Amino acid sequence: MTHAATAHHTSTGLDSRKIAFWTFIGSECLLFGSLISTYLVYQGKSVSGPTPAEILNIPLTSVSTFDLLMSSLAMVLALAAVQRGDKVWARVWLGTTALLGAIFLGFQVFEFWSFVHEGLTLQVNLFGSTFFTLTGFHGGHVAVGVIWLLTLLVRSFQGKLGPDKALNVELAGLYWHFVDVVWIVIFTVVYLLRTNGGA
Amino acid sequence: MSEQPAHSERAHPGVGTYLTVAGVLTVITLVEVGVFYVPAFRPFLAPILLILSGTKFALVVMFYMHLKTDHRLFTAIFTVPLLIAMAVAVALLFLFGVFAVGS
Repeated sequence: MTHAATAHHTSTGLDSRKIAFWTFIGSECLLFGSLISTYLVYQGKSVSGPTPAEILNIPLTSVSTFDLLMSSLAMVLALAAVQRGDKVWARVWLGTTALLGAIFLGFQVFEFWSFVHEGLTLQVNLFGSTFFTLTGFHGGHVAVGVIWLLTLLVRSFQGKLGPDKALNVELAGLYWHFVDVVWIVIFTVVYLLRTNGGA
Repeated sequence: MSEQPAHSERAHPGVGTYLTVAGVLTVITLVEVGVFYVPAFRPFLAPILLILSGTKFALVVMFYMHLKTDHRLFTAIFTVPLLIAMAVAVALLFLFGVFAVGS
């Protein structure tokens, strides 16, 4: 079955699933926009520590940021491999993307664990509440993305991820890259633009 | 009436472009972290980091999410909510006095 036969085209000539998915990503912009705004509004307004300057680990987060950026590269390479019907490299890059996503989650779990042991919890101050809510929502999205990528990998091993199914990989890729761009903003706003010394 | 889809999407970039973008993203991230640690940049930290972050954001959206080559409707569907989110963020920051002089 060809891609043209399986596509769901609209009067615009564009695939309805892709339009719907971009609309979903637009709605996600509003979700993360509200979470980031909330973080910024309450930045520096905590009455007790730990403060961002005391607790945030920039070198560690820089490595996890690089890890997520490279996962985006692996994702586009996976899509390119699926589109040209290269099953082996499609599996390699899909697996690499999922692995890099899992490593990012590992960094985040370690960060959350160390913060809790240093006294920063969801309830201890406004920084803790807004930080864990924002980065927790992002981590949840990464976890969903990893599961999605693993299902695509399984479909590939089942021989059900040929070039005619490239749109399925493209939609997963759009989701994954969106998660990446959200982290680009979070890394700058939360980690690098922190209020020095402020709670 | 034609059953064929409109030819509104150009071919996606090649592997070379993807690798180049990844290299640029890596360099920008290194510059961001470097700027953060250099005290001389402290007065200009916010604008520098926002420009670098915006550049990374645009590169991923244009080349990895293919908005540079895809139909413009997708760009509109993404950009309009993004601008609304940014406007809401700025409005909230003003509303809560984050930009207030002398606060």
